[in-house]
Amino acid sequence: MTDLSINTELVAGILTDFIRDEVLKVGSREVVLGISGGVDSALAARLAVSALGKEAVTGLAMPYRESTPSSLDDAQLVADELGITLLVVEISPQIDAYFARFPEADPRRRGNKMARERMSILYDISATRSALVLGTSNKSELLLGYSTLWGDGAHALNPLGDLYKTQLFQLARYLGLPQRIVDKAPSADLFAGQSDEVDLGFSYQQADLILFQLIDERRSPAEVRDLDLDPELVTVIWERVRSSQFKRRPPLIAKLSSRSVGQDFRYPRDWGH
Amino acid sequence: MAPSSRLKLALVQHQPVLGDLQANLAWSCQQIAQEVARGTDLVMFPELSLTGYFLKDLTPDTALSLDSREISQLIAATGRAASLVGLVLESDQFSFYNAAMLISDGAVRHVHRKVYLPTYGMFDEQRHLAAGDRFEVVELAMGGEVSWRIGILVCEDLWHPSSPYLLSRAGVDLLLCPSSSPGRGVGSGEGELGSAASYGAMLRTYSELFTSFAVYCNRVGFEDGFHFWGGSRVMGPDGRILAGPLGDGAEVLHAELDRGDLRRARIAFPLLRDERIDVVQRQLGIEADD
Repeated sequence: MTDLSINTELVAGILTDFIRDEVLKVGSREVVLGISGGVDSALAARLAVSALGKEAVTGLAMPYRESTPSSLDDAQLVADELGITLLVVEISPQIDAYFARFPEADPRRRGNKMARERMSILYDISATRSALVLGTSNKSELLLGYSTLWGDGAHALNPLGDLYKTQLFQLARYLGLPQRIVDKAPSADLFAGQSDEVDLGFSYQQADLILFQLIDERRSPAEVRDLDLDPELVTVIWERVRSSQFKRRPPLIAKLSSRSVGQDFRYPRDWGH
Repeated sequence: MAPSSRLKLALVQHQPVLGDLQANLAWSCQQIAQEVARGTDLVMFPELSLTGYFLKDLTPDTALSLDSREISQLIAATGRAASLVGLVLESDQFSFYNAAMLISDGAVRHVHRKVYLPTYGMFDEQRHLAAGDRFEVVELAMGGEVSWRIGILVCEDLWHPSSPYLLSRAGVDLLLCPSSSPGRGVGSGEGELGSAASYGAMLRTYSELFTSFAVYCNRVGFEDGFHFWGGSRVMGPDGRILAGPLGDGAEVLHAELDRGDLRRARIAFPLLRDERIDVVQRQLGIEADD
């Protein structure tokens, strides 16, 4: 019924051209991105290598001492396969120093802090190379709000943001990413053994079918509940989409003047490029 | 006893929940019932009072068709009085209109579909909405046996002087102007928001030149950083403020209109009598021929 299959060859071509065009025209030649050992960052890195060459892509692995140890091995595997440089920057010292002041902090707070620490490092390293920070958030995560605001959600360019997780797997297979990377369970890896699908309470497979109907097909939640999909999950997912809208928009500015940044001052981002 | 020539008005200046039709509907029905119980003849709400203003993709999600259950609820709440609510109205061709709907005595008596949809600066109405194509006057007995000749102008309709002019030629004596006007312009020399000053000037000019009552009901609150400045008011047919203006908080403004004011204003200033429609027709006819 719902067909989430994509023309992988066409999509790979468009995304490669997108990265090349947007990086080169703003006067940069390089990108940096976090390599987690998961499929999203591996795919983004692979596309960036096609677009800019392996010398122009720098991967950063930024493990915390409680991250799954095999994640770093997987990040190295991705870097070796693609022939890119992998910088390993441990974030344990600064994270532990910070939370020594707040020992009561729960895993969510600690995870968000780590995601923002990684963002901060990516931007710092990008400045040393005049590189752009490449994002790796997919459409499923963006719509579900499954990301850290100003953490993994902060970057200059995102080639994966309009691909559902299930579509992203199709592209990963087409581009021949290592089987081990494609097959492992999706994880934010904020702590060892974490699983996205356990966190969310549903699988990306289920979510993507529902999201596709709600967003791409513009069916109302009531109409989607009438399809052969879990009706309760439709309600849960639509509410997640609604309640996380703030994560997908820039901060609100109180309008005062006749022309306000973000509201009616509307030059394109690619202004002059 | 002569039939009453007075009309008791309530202007409900409020902040709708953006995109929550059911919450706004329930609240509006409650407000209408409350006002009707205290003897109000006409309960007026701002533009898009059932939905909120910057709807974007929520536009079709919050639309109602004329035969919807929700509109029946509004009719029931209004009873024998009258109400004016703002909504997204869906046509049977699936076009969506920014509409103001006048309900009275068990039925929808008039629907005005906003003619001028602002699509510049901060506004993007033509992306989401279809435009109306006429200004009509409806005659309705309110507050007694006496009929009022009502014309509706929704927000941007006011910025085109031909809109009240056409209603005036159709005999209007009561202009109802629901609005969702976002504030802008805070230069220190102004004394008030630029947008508030503009509306103040228009309302005064129209009520005075067309010697008609003009009732302005704007909303309040914030949506995505846009500040709605309220300022609801009632203008007499001599251009003077009869009630209000309110500030920018949620509030109900009560006022009573006396038809005698119309007579007195039109005796003192017989502008409508003296209007040279033949000149207008001749000149516009010549323009059209060019």
